[in-house]
Amino acid sequence: MDSLSTGTLSGAQKEELMDQVKQQIAIANAQELLTKMSEKCFKKCINKPGTSLDNSEQKCIAMCMDRYMDAWNLVSRTYSSRIQRERNNM
Amino acid sequence: MSNTESVDPQLQDFILSETQKQRFQVLVHGLTDTCWETCMGRPSNRLDSKTEVCIMNCVERFIDVTTFITKRLMNTTKYRSDSPLEFQ
Repeated sequence: MDSLSTGTLSGAQKEELMDQVKQQIAIANAQELLTKMSEKCFKKCINKPGTSLDNSEQKCIAMCMDRYMDAWNLVSRTYSSRIQRERNNM
Repeated sequence: MSNTESVDPQLQDFILSETQKQRFQVLVHGLTDTCWETCMGRPSNRLDSKTEVCIMNCVERFIDVTTFITKRLMNTTKYRSDSPLEFQ
């Protein structure tokens, strides 16, 4: 893959490339979050699918989303700490 | 790679670091999924402490399970490289 030998890219072009990659990664992660939230919150909140989302269902979904983010952040912190601990024990 | 030029070191570092970051993200997504199923009751206004403790234990125990399985797979005769069963 000749495009990997990038000695000809300027500093600015490299920065732009790296920014684009970071953006793509961020989009992919947001997408994953969206997919998981939809799945989990549908399961928790929509027990008898009606012809529209009623108020209580919408409230439930909003709360569910916030709790999912809380859970995600807690998992992230717990996992980071665990990795740190493992590193310190090596 | 047949060409003799090496990859730009700055980009190489970038790729390595982003790959590592993304591996972490993927694991957090998976762990959150699993531990939500294990620990989450009805969503309320905040995560109560019982749920928080459950999630933290869940993460730690899941890692323990992965470690246990890895070690045992490495040690069990069935899965050694001289056996006909091959893992890619």
